[in-house]
Amino acid sequence: MLIKKIQKINVYAMTWRLPIIVWQLLFFVGPVIFMIAMSFFLVKNYRMTEAFEFVNWSKMFSKNYFWDSYLHTVTIASVSTVFAMIIAFPASFALAFKASEKLRRWAIFLLIIPFFTSYLVRTFSWFVILSENGVVNALLGYIGFGPYTMLNTNFGTLVGYMTLTLPLVVILQTITMASIDRTLIEAARNLGCKPLATIWRVIIPLSKAGLIVAAIFCFILSFGDFVAPFYLGGSQEPTLPILILDTTKSGQQWPRAAVVAIVMMITLFSVAFIGIALAYRKKAKK
Amino acid sequence: MNSKRILNIALGAYVGAIFVFVFAPIVFSVVFSFNSQRFPTIPLGSFSTEWYVKILNDPDIWKAALNSLIVSSSTAVIATVLGFCTAYSDFRYNFRFKGPYIALILLPPTIPLIIMALAMLAWLSKLGISGQLWSVVIAHSVLTAPFAMAIIRLRLNQMDPDLESASWNLGGSEWATMRYVIIPFCKPAIISGLCLAAAVSFDEFAVSWFVSGLNKTLPVVILEIVQGNIDPQVNAIGTFVFFTSMTLVILAQIFFVQRQIKSTKS
Repeated sequence: MLIKKIQKINVYAMTWRLPIIVWQLLFFVGPVIFMIAMSFFLVKNYRMTEAFEFVNWSKMFSKNYFWDSYLHTVTIASVSTVFAMIIAFPASFALAFKASEKLRRWAIFLLIIPFFTSYLVRTFSWFVILSENGVVNALLGYIGFGPYTMLNTNFGTLVGYMTLTLPLVVILQTITMASIDRTLIEAARNLGCKPLATIWRVIIPLSKAGLIVAAIFCFILSFGDFVAPFYLGGSQEPTLPILILDTTKSGQQWPRAAVVAIVMMITLFSVAFIGIALAYRKKAKK
Repeated sequence: MNSKRILNIALGAYVGAIFVFVFAPIVFSVVFSFNSQRFPTIPLGSFSTEWYVKILNDPDIWKAALNSLIVSSSTAVIATVLGFCTAYSDFRYNFRFKGPYIALILLPPTIPLIIMALAMLAWLSKLGISGQLWSVVIAHSVLTAPFAMAIIRLRLNQMDPDLESASWNLGGSEWATMRYVIIPFCKPAIISGLCLAAAVSFDEFAVSWFVSGLNKTLPVVILEIVQGNIDPQVNAIGTFVFFTSMTLVILAQIFFVQRQIKSTKS
């Protein structure tokens, strides 16, 4: 009787637990592991043959353009992260501390929308706005400036990255800072702490973990995006995602693209790991 | 006191500027789609529906729109079913390896799309099922299930855990409890989940581009037009895509938030 009951419970539990395990093993873990395996395959006469050779790894690692691209991607993703964090901060600060609860909800509601709308079309829109004869240069022309070349520069790439990351960074920063205990801030003020010092010595340390998470997300998004560097940055200096794109689409060199993808994943995991460790360490100290 | 006011106004203006930056590309895309100029700038040209007429007469665009519709609705159903199962398992049970179990569903969106695209392309080709519409559905359901899972899990959090045992005590089996108690309670979140998953799938271009083969979805068509040149058709298609996904996201939020208010009241 009892055994029967246990079995019955298990059937019910497994009905809910198993689908995702099976599905993700087949279509998430499967693809990722296969990609890792693929980096050791060989390409002969434009056909991929299964093998276990290190030739793709050694080929990619011996190419200067690979390391240039790596350095460039890490640099521009880091710059993007620093920019996004700094540009977002005053807005998040205002939304967290100056805005009413209702206004803050509305702001977050609005900022969620772009996250679900076509990034591609937004990028194309920037392409038109920032072009030599575009809206920005026309407006600058009225007050006697320009025209400036903004496309096919790192500036263009950064505008694209900001479009992608700013909404998320503002949301994460706002939520983090809004959840700080207000009495601690008041206490600091009562003890004579100046407003800027309050931000620097009370608010930022208290929201450190959330801020680091926001920065990690920002880095991941910028590091992995191929649209902004491709359409707005002109891709003269290809980033790693563009390298994957070119290698896969034009060269049929899937195994080499896999090498680039794996290097990217290792980099992202390291950044996320270090970031989380940093967030955690500071918290434990306090 | 006065300087504090100036500071507040400045901060308000700053928040406004951020919103302008975030929404400028969306607004301009809509404005340009009704603009006669081929290279839109200021001052704007005259009002025109030329680009809409052009896309409405293009059978390829209709085909792509139909493909997008099929992909996003199928993806939404699969992702929401998977998300519901996982959210319920997480809510109801404690078991070994629960951390990895949750990570399994939550990880995919944190991996760059270009990497997922390559991995999916290679794996689905290996299985012999790439280049079809449902290869896109499979890939998209992996990417969107976490959104459905998260929103259903939030809803389950609001459920009194005693509700389930009350139903058992009254003689309902677990299956009946699921059917008559839990699913009705989660209904608003399930609908939100469907909308969110559909919205994400409807805009996704990288993975679709890699695995769809000749069965292009709308974002893939946009990508291919954009690669060519400045073509204001993109703004017209883009406006349509924007409004579709925005409607879905807003519906998702309305369903979720309204029910939340209702249940806190009662």
